[in-house]
Amino acid sequence: MKHLANLAVVDEHSGPNPGRFRNPGTGLDFDWIRSVQVNRSALERRTSSLAGRRSIKREWQVAWLLKAVTLIDLTTLAGDDTEERVRRLAAKARNPLRADLLEAVGMQQNEVITAAVCVYHEFVQCCADALAGTGIRTAAVSTGFPAGQSPYGLRLAEIGESVRAGADEIDIVISRRHALAGNWKALYTELCEFREAAEGKCMKAILATGELGTLRNVSRAALVCMMAGADFVKTSTGKEKVNATLPVSLAMMRTIRDYHCRTGFRVGFKPAGGISTAKDALAWLTLVKEELGKEWMSPDLFRFGASSLLGDIERQIEHFVTGRYSVHHNHPLG
Amino acid sequence: MNVLSKFHSMEYGPAPESDRPATEWLDAHGRSFGHFIDGRFTGTAGGKTFVSRNPATGEVLASIAQATERDVDDAVAAARRALPDWQQRGPGFRSRCLYALSRSIQKHSRLIAVLESLDNGKPIRESRDIDIPLASRHFHYHAGSAQLMASEMADRIPVGVCGQIIPWNFPLLMASWKIAPAIAVGNTAVLKPAEYTPLTAILLAELSAQAGIPPGVINIINGDGCAGELIVGHPGIDKIAFTGSTEVGRQIRRNTAGSEISLTLELGGKSPFIVFDDADLDSAVEGLVDAIWFNQGEVCCAGSRLLVGEGIAGEFHTRIRERMTKLRVGDPLDKCIDIGAIADQSQLARISEMVRECAGQDCHVHTAPVALPETGCFYPPTLITGLTTSSRLMQEEIFGPVLVSATFRTPAEAIELANNTRYGLAASVWTENINLGLDIAPKLDCGVVWINSTNLFDAAAGFGGRRESGFGREGGWEGLREYTKPAGRPSEVPPRRVRRRKEVTARVDSTGIDRTPKQYVGGKQVRPDSGLSYPVQSPEGEILGHVPLGNRKDVRNAVEAARGATNWPAMSGHQRAQIMHFIAENLAARKDEFVGRIVQQSGISGKDAKVEVEASLDRLFTYAAWADKFDGNVHSVPVRGVVLAMREPIGAVGVLCPEDFPLLGLVSLMAPLISMGNTCVLVPSERQPLSATDLCQVLDTSDLPAGVVNVIAGRRSDLAATLAGHDGINAVWHFGGAGLSKTIEMESAGNLKRTWVDNDRTRNWLNRDEGEGREFLHHATDVKNIWIPYGE
Repeated sequence: MKHLANLAVVDEHSGPNPGRFRNPGTGLDFDWIRSVQVNRSALERRTSSLAGRRSIKREWQVAWLLKAVTLIDLTTLAGDDTEERVRRLAAKARNPLRADLLEAVGMQQNEVITAAVCVYHEFVQCCADALAGTGIRTAAVSTGFPAGQSPYGLRLAEIGESVRAGADEIDIVISRRHALAGNWKALYTELCEFREAAEGKCMKAILATGELGTLRNVSRAALVCMMAGADFVKTSTGKEKVNATLPVSLAMMRTIRDYHCRTGFRVGFKPAGGISTAKDALAWLTLVKEELGKEWMSPDLFRFGASSLLGDIERQIEHFVTGRYSVHHNHPLG
Repeated sequence: MNVLSKFHSMEYGPAPESDRPATEWLDAHGRSFGHFIDGRFTGTAGGKTFVSRNPATGEVLASIAQATERDVDDAVAAARRALPDWQQRGPGFRSRCLYALSRSIQKHSRLIAVLESLDNGKPIRESRDIDIPLASRHFHYHAGSAQLMASEMADRIPVGVCGQIIPWNFPLLMASWKIAPAIAVGNTAVLKPAEYTPLTAILLAELSAQAGIPPGVINIINGDGCAGELIVGHPGIDKIAFTGSTEVGRQIRRNTAGSEISLTLELGGKSPFIVFDDADLDSAVEGLVDAIWFNQGEVCCAGSRLLVGEGIAGEFHTRIRERMTKLRVGDPLDKCIDIGAIADQSQLARISEMVRECAGQDCHVHTAPVALPETGCFYPPTLITGLTTSSRLMQEEIFGPVLVSATFRTPAEAIELANNTRYGLAASVWTENINLGLDIAPKLDCGVVWINSTNLFDAAAGFGGRRESGFGREGGWEGLREYTKPAGRPSEVPPRRVRRRKEVTARVDSTGIDRTPKQYVGGKQVRPDSGLSYPVQSPEGEILGHVPLGNRKDVRNAVEAARGATNWPAMSGHQRAQIMHFIAENLAARKDEFVGRIVQQSGISGKDAKVEVEASLDRLFTYAAWADKFDGNVHSVPVRGVVLAMREPIGAVGVLCPEDFPLLGLVSLMAPLISMGNTCVLVPSERQPLSATDLCQVLDTSDLPAGVVNVIAGRRSDLAATLAGHDGINAVWHFGGAGLSKTIEMESAGNLKRTWVDNDRTRNWLNRDEGEGREFLHHATDVKNIWIPYGE
């Protein structure tokens, strides 16, 4: 329980305030790690039946989709990214929905902005500048994203560089080999050092669940990351063959819940990769509400790592407003 | 439009499914329904009617005709008339009819689902996602059964007209689950849905006609229990399949005693839900939601009795209570609720009364903090902890959303607690340790075990119980057997000719030393409790000896011994086979003596007696062979995992042996039973018991563990009722004639033990087709389906 004293005092009424919950982490508890049990079939039954158990319709659906927008880490992570491209994305983050649509559903423009924009280190400064004063956070993927196989010193240094360039949040990738070998001590140490390098910025630990083999391993890795003080655990880089799935998300959410139960610390969850439809967003939000509770349905504790999700949500909201099915080119490009 | 408040509250809103398809269908029928007989609906004019209500609102949905004796006569007659054509048109035709009906259910799935939820009160999610797809699946699976029957069940024929009585908890699913296998193999059906929920069965009848199923093959009779009684008591019925309460099941057992009606009973339960400390606890909690809060807990196999390791009980209960806060109770047609309405006001009253009664006891009743609709039949999800095994709620079926919980210390205690019930339907076992799970499953006295899962059903897997949860299986190959019978009927051979007795009292004994045959109990030769013996005479009237006159206390002792021989079912088939071969070896060594005994007792020729002894040896070899070859199945179900259909011994079996064939008759019954791991209490031929008492000495010298076979000689008429009534006996086989079949079936109703009686037909035990084979093995075993989903 080494970081217990660092537990931040939390103001419940401060509105969206990413980073309001900091996870101080705990000591490395091998008994706890070993006791983690995950039954894949049972998790699959849970996730596959949930959509049938919870149906969200009409203005409730609109409200949920608007909420989903505020939970998006609008992301661009491509080899052909440029500063102009990033500025355009930042502009979309500030105005994710057309003003007429927001007006029609009775929402203020400043109430619906995305949580963050997520970029490579090279664009952190440009992104932070473009978002200055908006409350939208700049998130940098780091530590040799996506594979995490660059020299350890460089990975640590990369975090510091991004922090100095103005990143509010650092999305680190874990060394999968530690999780695959069950070398939890190594993973824990690595994460602790990453956290220190992040200098108090919100740290999201990307597990790359598609490369961890089993759900049990995913849960154990997530737990070790939390013990080491990760503020979010995130499923994927978006570059693995299999990215965010509902069963993987459920396994991670339950680990977060268990960690909260035992330590009192809240850790956020970020599914990333492959979440591209409004329907997906509702499925994940339902799972969050059912498994973690409403408190987690806020940018402090939940994010979608997504690039094309917003486009589908825009179309669904227009459909709700006009009664006609919408098309992508009616909505400004991000 | 207020989106903002919802944006902040993140609540679920109402998501009602429209009731329009169902109300239009009801209106189109004038909200009035008769019976479906011979392909046509009868009117309701003039006759007595009752109403079917929506339990969520109390609204009357339709008025339904109450069946009269005449209606049942008509339905049974129509079913009888339809039989020959339905059978002669062959498997291919039947298969196409079932396939069409399966598709028809899919095509009208919305209408059926809405109608089901309106009539029963179950959430639309369950009728839409579970009941209706599964109903369609049953017809689809059994379209295949029909197609394959000729090749795969060549030695079986349909039983005839099947009376089927179903409960109100899964109206359409139960109707499909009963009708599909019955008609697939060439039977015709007269089905009575429950009076609270008749509508979807009526709709099914309509769809069946559209699907081209010929008139008379499916008939639907409506009404309350009186209509059910009319079906059960009807002389034109060949088979009764009943799903419902244990009390009614018992009544049906008594009412059909001695009638030769084949019976399948799927009754109540108090199924354990066992959670070990190495389970995925969150998944186990979610399992409980599907175990006890599925269908409002109105499920015969509901995991209603939570047994949780003492070390994790507190934490586990906390997780359950937390999960309960998320349950939503309300309008069954709302697509966003978990628990709908209790099917009827009377059931709601019963649940409330049972829980209220326990409130005074030293237990904790926790009710989910959920809002209930102000009107309609709703009951909140409830968890009761702190009860002891002696509490009524731990023992009796509640049939509502009420979970009771107890703790255990060791796996052995978990098994003991799990089996500490009169019921034996299903069980759920949660552990991540495959060794533990697969060790526990066979030790649970029930018909279905779900490992790390619960309430999984499929047409390809058998379902059914043991003990007072009934007998017979539905689904899979094992279920199809219940709707068929052996193609070759036992021949009606006259009893062996016995020469006229002369009144002679002289004793014949070649050795000169008195021999005293005794009872054989627990591996010991014991004197009878009565202190009485009766003379055994040769056909000429010579007294061959005196055998003990067994009474009810001897039976009691023998049953005790049979139940105590627990090492026998635990042995491998290979070990049992070796012992059976050893019995044959020792019998062969004394062959001449046994031949002489048969000649003495029956007066048949030495040549014929020798044939009987040879046949007995052969039979021992046959069942020694089967001991390790009567394999179970791995069923192919649509989940990632396996369903093991394991054949298990029934337990302690009482056997009344044939009067003729004093050795072969007994061996033909004893051998299949012990081969499969049962233990038995044998009542030998009353007139010719000496072959049995001699055989005990052979058994004694053949390494057969004590108590596996027990022999009580005496008057069959006295012993039959005691055996059949004994709650420690799991089945009775009766081949002793003497008009005892009815008594035995009547007395068996006590603990609903399985029975196999001769109805006073004799068998030619020398004929292999009649005297041995798979039929005996099926009667000597129960099939347990163990569901093992897997995946890491």
